[in-house]
This record gives sequence, C-alpha cells and structure tokens, in this order.
Amino acid sequence: MMETIYGILSALPFDWLHYDFMKNALLAVLLITPLFGLLSTMVVSNRMAFFSDSLGHGAFTGLAIGAILGIFSPVQSLLLFSIVFALLITWIKNHSTASTDTIIGVFSSVGIAAGLMMMSYGGSFNKYASYLIGDILSITPEEIGSLAVVLVLVFVTWGILFNRLMIVSINASFARSRGISSTLVEGVFAAMVAVVVAISIQWVGLLIINSLLVLPAAAARNVAASVKQYHLFSVASAMLSGVTGLVAAYYCNMAAGATIVVVSAVIFFLTMAMKKRLSK
Amino acid sequence: MLRKLFHHASSQSDCTKLCCTRIESFGVRAGNLVIFEDVNIHVHCGQLTAIIGPNGAGKSTLLRAILGEVPHTGQLKYTDAKGKHTGSPVIGYVPQYLKFDVSAPITVQDLFAACLSNRPVWLLPVNNRQRILESLRRVKAAELIDRTLGALSGGELQRVLVALALNPMPDLLLLDEPVSGVDQNGLEIFYEILEDLQNNEDMAIILVSHDLNMVARHADQVVLMNKGVVCSGSPEEVFRDRRTRKIFGMLAGDGTRDRGTGFEWLPHRKKSVGEGCSCDCDCGSISKSDAGFGSGDGNIYDVGQEGDGR
Repeated sequence: MMETIYGILSALPFDWLHYDFMKNALLAVLLITPLFGLLSTMVVSNRMAFFSDSLGHGAFTGLAIGAILGIFSPVQSLLLFSIVFALLITWIKNHSTASTDTIIGVFSSVGIAAGLMMMSYGGSFNKYASYLIGDILSITPEEIGSLAVVLVLVFVTWGILFNRLMIVSINASFARSRGISSTLVEGVFAAMVAVVVAISIQWVGLLIINSLLVLPAAAARNVAASVKQYHLFSVASAMLSGVTGLVAAYYCNMAAGATIVVVSAVIFFLTMAMKKRLSK
Repeated sequence: MLRKLFHHASSQSDCTKLCCTRIESFGVRAGNLVIFEDVNIHVHCGQLTAIIGPNGAGKSTLLRAILGEVPHTGQLKYTDAKGKHTGSPVIGYVPQYLKFDVSAPITVQDLFAACLSNRPVWLLPVNNRQRILESLRRVKAAELIDRTLGALSGGELQRVLVALALNPMPDLLLLDEPVSGVDQNGLEIFYEILEDLQNNEDMAIILVSHDLNMVARHADQVVLMNKGVVCSGSPEEVFRDRRTRKIFGMLAGDGTRDRGTGFEWLPHRKKSVGEGCSCDCDCGSISKSDAGFGSGDGNIYDVGQEGDGR
C-alpha cells in the first residue's frame, strides 16, 4: 500500500518529494489539514478558539501523567486525558455561573502548569520539547495510517453531527425547542476536537496547533455565503496552507508547523482584504 | 370561522374535548433568587395568550422553563383534542432573535435544511427546497430563502423563525418578542401571521410581548407577570386593572390615547365589563371574558385619562 503511494508521489515532478520523510510529511499534511478545516468551522462559529487552545494545554498534562504512570503509551494517555479534559470543561461551563472565558482560562493554566511541573520533574523536560513545536518530518507510515482512520471517523461523525451542532451554535434555546440536547452535541464536538488535537499535537506542536483550528474558518468566513462554501473554503484554505507551508519550510529550512500557520495567516489577511473590496 | 367559534366555545368547558395546556405552579430559582414562583396559566388551542410585565419579571424565563431548558418546579400538563393526557405537547419556539448568532455564513435554506432533516447540509444538496419555500411563503418570506441570516432585518429573521417553529406543526407555540428591532411594517406582518395561525391551526400560542397596543388588539388572554402572575384575564380586564396601570404607569401616560382608540378600531373584539382581572389565573377568568358581556364601553381602556391617582 505505502509502496504504491510512494511510487505515485515519486512520479510527480517535484524535487522536494525525493525523500521518503517528505513523502510521509506530505501525506500527513493532506490528512491532518482537512480535519482542521472541518472542525475549525464550528470552533469559530461556537467562539471556541480559547477552548481549543486550552485543550492543547490539557493534552500536555495528559502526556506527563501518562509518562509518570507508565501504563499507557504517550498517544493513549494524550487521547484519554484530552477527552476527559474537554468533557470536564464543557460540563463545568454548562453548570457554572462564572463566565466561560474565566473557566477555560483556569483550566488552561492548570493544564499547562501541571504538565510542565510533572515533565520537568527530575530534569527530564527536554525529551518532551518536540511536543511544543511539533515535528511533522518524523512521522512514520504506521502513524499516517492511524491519521487516515481518524480522518474517516471525523468525517462520518461530522456528517451525523453537523446539522445539530450548527443549530446549537446559533442559539441553544432554539436548539432545545427542536429536541436537540446541546450538552450532548457540545460534548461530542469537544471530544472530537480533543481527539484531533491529541493525535496531531506531536506533529504540529502545542504552540501553534490552535492557530490551525481558527485560521482556516476565519479566512473562509470572510468570503463564504453559505454553509457549503464555508466548509469548502475552510478545508481548501487549510490544505493549501498545509502543502505550501511544508514546501516553503523544506526549501528555507524552517519548522514546518510554524510555516504552515504563517501561510494560513497570509490567506486570512488576503480574504479579509477581499471582503472589504466586496462590501464596497 | 367555525373553528374559531369552536375554540372559543371550548374555553368555557373543561379540558375534555379540545387540546389544552396547563402550566401548574411553575417556579424558577437561580440560587436563592426567586425568578418567579407559583405561576398557573391555562391555555387552549386557537387562543393567543400574551404575557406582559416589566423587565426582569421572568417572562422569557417562563418560556424557557416550559421548554424544559431551565430547571423548574411545577408541571406542564397537556391534553390533546381527544381528551387524552398525552404528556408533552409538540412545542414550537421563537426565541428573541436578538440573541442569535447571525455572523456565521448560514443561509435561510441552510438553517431550514439543518432543522428539518439529518442530511448534512455542509455536504449534500438540499432535497426539500420546495417544502422550505412553502413554509416561508406562509410567513411572507419566500424571497429570503437564499439570504444569509446576517443579511436579514429583525422582522425578517423573526418571520423565518416563526416558519421554522411551524415545522413540524406544534401544539403549543411559544414566541418571545424582542423589545426592539422590528419596524412597524414588520410588526403588522407578524401579527397578521399570528392571526392566520389562531384562525386556521389547532394550536395554542403564548406570546411574550412588550407592545401593549398589539396585545390589546390580538390577545385572547393576557397574563401580567412580575415574579409571578400578578393578574390575568381578557385584555380588557387586565388593562383596566390598577396593578397593570401601576406597573406600566409610564407607558400608560405616553401611549394611552393610542391604546384607547386602538380598541375602538376593532369592532370584532368582544368587550366585557368585569371587576378587573383575577389574581389567580384559572380557567374561570378566561371563561368570564369569553362569555362576552357586550358593553360597548370603549372608555375602559383609557387608562391614562383617569390618571394614576391612586
């Protein structure tokens, strides 16, 4: 399977696809970015930018707890802890009178601080440093396989969940009157974002993962006029910046994740300018 | 017309032949703060019940409690047209659109399609555009189908939400009217739609309204709320009650003349001379008004002319 894909990629007339690690990175980008493109539409619509940021921080604690307990692999503990963390924030948000900002802020700071504290225990922080910046060039074919599985799962869940999620994002009372449980829908969505953050954090990096959950949809909103366009533009912008960023990073010898984010930001500003011209 | 008569006749009898909804001793608290308590309201199909009251009286919260969104005490009892207690009625809800997030790129069609089916609107083309158009036509909004929510005026969005609340056709329609944002024209159309529903559909309507003039013209029953039911009855009874005048003292001073003439424009309204509204809402107060002692006394609404001398 991988051999066939490698063969196809080698046939493409690009220098940068000469190396296997670049082929892997390209495949990973092509799998990760549509995920971010899809999820970011509702992260932005639900005003959850800060929430998804704190998920990354929570993932950090999960990683540290996993390493200390030694029962789970890093990916397992990341997944488990991120989901628990996401559901906990959602639950507390719906059962507390404090503002959402404040609650997420508290969780976010606890997440990162507890994670750093445990990781730095015994001076062993350096081996976790890659989680901060991410390293997409080190991804293996097996891990690409699991990304593909996650992409399919997220795609299917999105097909089932999206209508309800959209209604909840417009107005929770209205959703309730149509028999939609906003707690359930928000919980599933939060868990989905948590899964995507957890599995991609080691490739993208904690510091910039949130930008990928915000920028694609933020750019798409500037120009979209319907839900379909919103999704199309968001996914397209995520994939375009993913591939462009990866190639630029290869030629200029920079961190791939950061370059991808900068390209997304450029797209965002371009669409903003387009919106201004359209509305004139 | 027949249906209308039928409905009104039913008001006088007990809930045995026609659908009715009883809200029994509803109360909501936020911590130690009582939002409202001991609210009893009884609504019938084909009737428009208006809830009025000052800001913070608990009106919108009452609607959300009926929806089951806010934890509350008390019970909602629904009896359908066959006289069976069916538990929960189908509820349509039109929230204050001002609290809607309309910044997302969502068209009216997207919203409808998402509400009416499970086909993912982001992926597949809609397959029920005709049905959506028909629903919109009923609220005079068919031309809005391809607009984004953010491009709608307040009145237009309100009508789109009414159309949505009518799919599926509810037994109980809850409307939360915003204080501002709908122009006079939009308001007229909105009440025309309500009248159409009152006359042609088998549903009870509960409307939270701030427009006393419109309430006086269109409601069958008025409930004045202020952390509980202050009084209820026919519009005539409630508006001539001195507690209403006290709560809306300012308003009455400003808009009295309009309101007074407002009633006189409407020969079809039954008028009654009562003793003011009743403190405890029950079926009795409605029956009394519906019995309709024709008095022809238009002056009873001229709240402000008497002044608030008490």
